[in-house]
Amino acid sequence: MLRFLVRRVLGAIVILLLISAVTYFLFFALPADPAALSCGKNCNPQTLALIRKNLGLDEPVPVQYWQYMIGIFLGRNMTIGHCSAPCFGYSFASQQPVWSTLMNRYPTTVTLAAMGALIFLVIGVGLGLISAARQGTAFDKIASAVSLTGQSVQIYFIGPLAIYLFADTLGWLSRGHDPDWTHDPVGSITGMILPAMVMSVIFWSNYSRQTRSLMVEQLSEDHVRTARAKGMTSRYVFMRYALRGAMGPIITIFGMDLSSVFGGAIITEYTFGLHGLGQLAVSAVTQTDLPLEMGVMLFGAAAIVIANIIVDACYAVIDPRIRLS
Amino acid sequence: MTTLTKPEQPSGRRDGAPFLSVRDLSVQFATEDGIVKAVDGLSFDVERGRTLGIVGESGSGKSVTNLAVLGLHNPRNTAITGEIVLNGHELTGAPQRTLEKLRGNTMAMIFQDSLSALSPYYTVGRQIAEPFRKHTGASRKAARERAVEMLRRVGIPQPELRVDDYPHQFSGGMRQRAMIALALVCDPQLLIADEPTTALDVTVQAQILDLLKQLQQETGTAIIFITHDLGVVARICDDVLVMYAGRCVERGTVRDILTTPRHPYAWGLLSSVPRRKAPVDAPLRPIPGTPPSLLKPPTGCPFHPRCEFREYVGDTRCQDERPMLTLDSGRGAACHLPAEQQKSIFAEQIRPLLGRS
Repeated sequence: MLRFLVRRVLGAIVILLLISAVTYFLFFALPADPAALSCGKNCNPQTLALIRKNLGLDEPVPVQYWQYMIGIFLGRNMTIGHCSAPCFGYSFASQQPVWSTLMNRYPTTVTLAAMGALIFLVIGVGLGLISAARQGTAFDKIASAVSLTGQSVQIYFIGPLAIYLFADTLGWLSRGHDPDWTHDPVGSITGMILPAMVMSVIFWSNYSRQTRSLMVEQLSEDHVRTARAKGMTSRYVFMRYALRGAMGPIITIFGMDLSSVFGGAIITEYTFGLHGLGQLAVSAVTQTDLPLEMGVMLFGAAAIVIANIIVDACYAVIDPRIRLS
Repeated sequence: MTTLTKPEQPSGRRDGAPFLSVRDLSVQFATEDGIVKAVDGLSFDVERGRTLGIVGESGSGKSVTNLAVLGLHNPRNTAITGEIVLNGHELTGAPQRTLEKLRGNTMAMIFQDSLSALSPYYTVGRQIAEPFRKHTGASRKAARERAVEMLRRVGIPQPELRVDDYPHQFSGGMRQRAMIALALVCDPQLLIADEPTTALDVTVQAQILDLLKQLQQETGTAIIFITHDLGVVARICDDVLVMYAGRCVERGTVRDILTTPRHPYAWGLLSSVPRRKAPVDAPLRPIPGTPPSLLKPPTGCPFHPRCEFREYVGDTRCQDERPMLTLDSGRGAACHLPAEQQKSIFAEQIRPLLGRS
């Protein structure tokens, strides 16, 4: 298990380095010049050169990348002042340190993604389990129709509808606001319920259908029949034997869906006017704000890679055949 | 060594009603193509301490019959009629709760492919201990000790260590032994063994057969042994039931069936066994044709399309009339051939092919 984790972590570091390099060099393939953008109206060659120097854009791109990576691990001195590790530089647009901006913004996105994932796993897998236990009944058919409808809608369409219905008309839930875990943990959760629910809708169908078919398959497996032949109750066989077999594939699908979960979180943030990483990423790209763009990109990539390692570790815990090989 | 016999059940009792009595059992599956009559009017008895062999080709309804005894068919697409009486209790139509109390406890089953029949997610020990805890209410610790004891009984070396292994860490033969340990953990009085040795090599097969025999002698368990291997039948069975297309075509003691079979299908089974003393280039003698579709079984005798002897009966009787199985002290064959003719055909045409006198 330890060797497995070490191998996965080393692999993850290589992946993150590759992502950082690709993002950095791609940025300079863009036609836009960030120095010219921040130079403004009364721009002359001297100011432009000064801005270039202040932003560190006068060096060759590989040198800039090298200094950037040094900054992340060791910190670096910049024209604005010393920037201690982890240093992702200062935003061209706001002059704020990227790291503290990220630290301010990530709770919204992570809370939204985690709550959304929890909700769609509970609803999707739950619907799938009940459908598998009651194949061919009215519940089975209605559940598949409902979840299929959910998959066909768009977040930015049902988001405003949900706000209108549940927040403004019925007043059951908050319209959604950024979480503040240190001062208001309860409000952090209640404020995210509506956005997380809306985000989860598009995932229901996939999980309920996959769970249903995995369970139907598992229930006809020989080892499930053996468990019934031992006299175990059907509920026990369903939960302990069939579900155990279906869990591995469900977790694999979840691992592959993680990036869509973050993507969904970004769209949801925009729909609900939340201030998370998604909004930050969009503004960084539109303003050709290299340090901010790099920061968001690496942060998101690291989050997905770490989540994937956790998923793989879960898989190894679930299936002893993988654990040992 | 602790004895596996339950005190209130004296072993080898031969008086009174048989332990398991199946009467006119039919099992039908609803499929997209129509109704499959997997078992059609089957009757048999099994007594304590005796072994009934059920032989027949694949798809003849051997396994379906025994899954019906355990009540393991999906009620949504299966219709079961007839009587299954276990130790005086009617099992057809009994509630799941009743069956759950009997399964793994009074009646247990050894499945064929132990790799897929054991769950890959739990240790062998846990899977053996589970029914023991359920049926006896034993503690976790006692059940674990019981699992170790069972593994030792079936000849697993170092059972204290292997009890915590997963099935994939066992070899095929060991896994089959673990499967047997699982079936025997609650001292079942009826054991159904569904081709338990088919996937194993010959030496392991012999060991497992000896093991089953030995356990039966100790506990007086009634065994139903499903197989298509007549060598195995000769080794372990007392009585034999030959199944074809969901029906019993011949019944008798193992000696009857192996030395003086009466039904042409049984002749075919016997002569399809390769002879040990035959020259190497002697052709194999398979039964011509394939088993019939149970969606639309042939009219009359289900074996008539493949039967080489239907001419002896004359007219189209084999095509038109279903031969009945009439038993004379447990011996009989469902064939239109007169008994005398069965004897003479076997003596003159079949026995010489078998390579023994």
